[in-house]
Amino acid sequence: MNNNLKEQVLRSSGVNVLKCMRCGKCSGTCPSYDEMEYHPHQFVYMVEKGDIETLMNSKSIYKCLTCFACVDRCPRNVEPAKVVEAVRLAAIRKQGNNHLIADSIPEMLDEDLPQQAIVTAFRKYTK
Amino acid sequence: MQVNDNKEFQPLIVAFCCNWCSYAGADLSGTNRLNYPTNVKIIRVPCSCRVNPMFILRAFQKGADGVILCGCHPGDCHYTSGNYFTRRRMTLLFSMLDFLGIERDRTRVEWVSAAEGAKFAATMNEFTEAVKKLGPNRRLEDLRCRKQ
Amino acid sequence: MQRIGVFVCHCGTNIAATVDVKAVAEALSHESGVVISQEYQYMCSEAGQNLIKDSIKEYGLTGVVVCSCSPRMHENTFRKAAAAAGLNPYLVEIANIREQCSWIHKDIATATEKAIILGKAAIAKVHLNAPLTAGESPVAKRALVIGGGIAGIQTALDIAEAGFEVDIVEKEATIGGKMAQIDKTFPTLDCAACILTPKMVEASQNELITIHSYSEVSAVKGFVGNFTVTIKKKTRFVDETKCTGCGLCTEACPMKKVPNAFNLGLDNRSAIYIPFAQAVPKVATIDPNYCLKLKGGTVKEKVCGKCAAACTVGAINYHQQDEYIEQKYGAIIVATGFNPIKLDKYDEFAYNQCPDVVTSLELERLMNAAGPNGGTLLRPSDKTHPHKIVFVQCVGSRCDDSKGKPYCSKICCMYTAKHAMLIREKYPDTEVYVFYIDVRTPGKNFDEFYRRAVEQYNVHYIKGMVGKVTPKADGTIDVQASDLLSNEQLHIDADMVVLATAIEPDKTARPLATMLTTQMDTNDFFTEAHAKLRPVESATAGIFLSGACQGPKDIPETVAQASAAASKAIGLLVKNSITCNPCVAHSNELMCNGCSACEKVCPYGAITYQDKEFRMPDRTTAIRRVASVNPAVCQGCGACTVACPSGAMDLNGFSNSQIMAEVDAICK
Repeated sequence: MNNNLKEQVLRSSGVNVLKCMRCGKCSGTCPSYDEMEYHPHQFVYMVEKGDIETLMNSKSIYKCLTCFACVDRCPRNVEPAKVVEAVRLAAIRKQGNNHLIADSIPEMLDEDLPQQAIVTAFRKYTK
Repeated sequence: MQVNDNKEFQPLIVAFCCNWCSYAGADLSGTNRLNYPTNVKIIRVPCSCRVNPMFILRAFQKGADGVILCGCHPGDCHYTSGNYFTRRRMTLLFSMLDFLGIERDRTRVEWVSAAEGAKFAATMNEFTEAVKKLGPNRRLEDLRCRKQ
Repeated sequence: MQRIGVFVCHCGTNIAATVDVKAVAEALSHESGVVISQEYQYMCSEAGQNLIKDSIKEYGLTGVVVCSCSPRMHENTFRKAAAAAGLNPYLVEIANIREQCSWIHKDIATATEKAIILGKAAIAKVHLNAPLTAGESPVAKRALVIGGGIAGIQTALDIAEAGFEVDIVEKEATIGGKMAQIDKTFPTLDCAACILTPKMVEASQNELITIHSYSEVSAVKGFVGNFTVTIKKKTRFVDETKCTGCGLCTEACPMKKVPNAFNLGLDNRSAIYIPFAQAVPKVATIDPNYCLKLKGGTVKEKVCGKCAAACTVGAINYHQQDEYIEQKYGAIIVATGFNPIKLDKYDEFAYNQCPDVVTSLELERLMNAAGPNGGTLLRPSDKTHPHKIVFVQCVGSRCDDSKGKPYCSKICCMYTAKHAMLIREKYPDTEVYVFYIDVRTPGKNFDEFYRRAVEQYNVHYIKGMVGKVTPKADGTIDVQASDLLSNEQLHIDADMVVLATAIEPDKTARPLATMLTTQMDTNDFFTEAHAKLRPVESATAGIFLSGACQGPKDIPETVAQASAAASKAIGLLVKNSITCNPCVAHSNELMCNGCSACEKVCPYGAITYQDKEFRMPDRTTAIRRVASVNPAVCQGCGACTVACPSGAMDLNGFSNSQIMAEVDAICK
């Protein structure tokens, strides 16, 4: 349990995790559900418990498409995607925690991948 | 202002209590023999919204050192919305008293239900102590009213 | 000159142990106006009261101060004693020297000093007490019930049983409300129509009950015991007195493509219609929005008139107009009920795109023997039998304000269990899934009922919410949901999806509340006078609440509340007149400037404005707008007295000068 991290995630996301009534609609609606180790409803619950480091070390934070389906459908306006985003930010802010490293880009390159996607990914996954 | 033999300052405190919650709460603290100082004198009003800010100013003018207004908890008013009026009116009055330089601790609004005898006694103890610390009310007291 | 008597009670040793009562009596005897000051062992005893009575007569007292226990305890006792001796009871004041003095203090000297001050304050107040007489206001012996659902019917029947006339105003063409649309009732699974329709008939046959169907309340004036209500009888283009309900007109009507509102649009009816077979009153109504003659475009359509030709009693009148009736009532009972919410906001459930996604109320009609499919459960889209049905709970309930209703709709868990059970019973080959967040089943035999659905009927209850419903090309519906307990995402190929839709108060409730000056919460449910102790009365005297207009309720609770509201109304109607609390506000018309500040803060709507003629100093007369308080409605909170900028408004028994005098006496 890391209260500073929890505080940081809560502040940067602007989300009140206590509003969650644990209905699981966010996870019911999530298109990346099967890709994720921790699902949107777990993100909200684990942030509430202060278990942020587990989330930061999980690949799940990069699997979220930020499609905002959970934000749109959450009955109680908890906005789980913003929590995921905030945890991702917390991970990136840690020195050397970039998810994307410039050197490894060439081997990941794909003919069909638009250049813009790489720029976007850089913005999103690196400091 | 009352001064007794050992010269400790004894503030005069006027408490306005609504008939349905706070006055009953005060009765309950009596029934439970919960002590609070004799400095507190209670005036019964039907609802806390019956208390005109003028009454409070009058009390200060006549030499009261502290005034406390007790009503039902928000949402519990016998007249459904009276204490909401109280809350707004007192917010205004208190900001005016602030402007006049009257210590904020001399006035207070407290919600006390009919079941909160212990809270009533505790509030009165605490409030009396707070006013005691402030010393006599000199700003608003009208010396012409003082009993010789 | 005032002649005041002071009576100090020992209360055994309760007071006398910490307060020197003799000293108090002595000190107070020197106050101005005090002609006698006595102390006695027990003032509330027979002998103590006689002491007061005798003193009133002997000294010709004009005011009495009793220094004793709390006025909440014995104020009435001493007022009665004073009245018995010929003194106005409101000339008695109590100084509370027990609960608020002797019991909380230990030091005799300071306690005595405080008791004297409290006594002085009471004396200062009693100097200004005015004799008050409780006013009386007559009670009209007739009740109005607004809404003809099960709540309204039950209330009306109970009031009629007590021998009072009752009118039911129902906005639809028939009474019966939502219960008439329901198929079976939980937890006993008896048929709703079988228990409701006899009550409807009973109401229509009761001589004391008048049913105004297809009518609305258009204006309410007056106050408790004395309401004047204008009822608008909407034109149904059929003479109610002549129509026999034979139904020939509905067969003759050529316009058969009107969505049947009673079946929630799941099938069609004719433009002239009787809502359902057991409708009360069983009278036809023409829907002017669809009738060819009343609305029709072409000349050929405008001459239709087939229903009139088919009618054997000549009941149809195309020129009928709205009719207004005015009636006096002593009590009004609101029973406006509920509606399922509109599901337009919830695109994820595909309600507007797929006919096989239905609300629970629609499912009731689909399963009902009198429903569109004659009681066989078929998919609305292709009329095939569904083999996999998914129920979604909490649709629109328990939401953030921006997303739906913040409250729990209370009945959904139970009716969903009922639906699941009925479907499994009737069609054992059908798989039933229920997605729930929490299953809430408080109530007698309720949890047992839900457990039966799980254990006996093998209904699959899955903890988790449905995230997305997608109609597929093959006619099935993909339901994507999370299973929170096994932590996986599910996809179910369902044939039908049933949404347990949140319920909300009827749309007519808010304008009605404005007319009645009753209070509502932010969800448009009527607010009861006290959440715990006065659950069926509104804060406005003479207005009572029955059924789901006050909050979500199931049928047993609705009926219980309906009978409770009826008994409260009867308690009012049996009185020939009501005694009003004399401690009410009154305005000094000479000081009132007609600013309306008091009217705005009055929670009871007791203050109205009148134009009155005044004689001015220069001997002219002028007409001014001044406030006047209806003493029968005012409850005496005093909010208006503080709001009044000119000091015209004052409160009997707690006047400005009286409270000031108390303040002065304490601070002296």
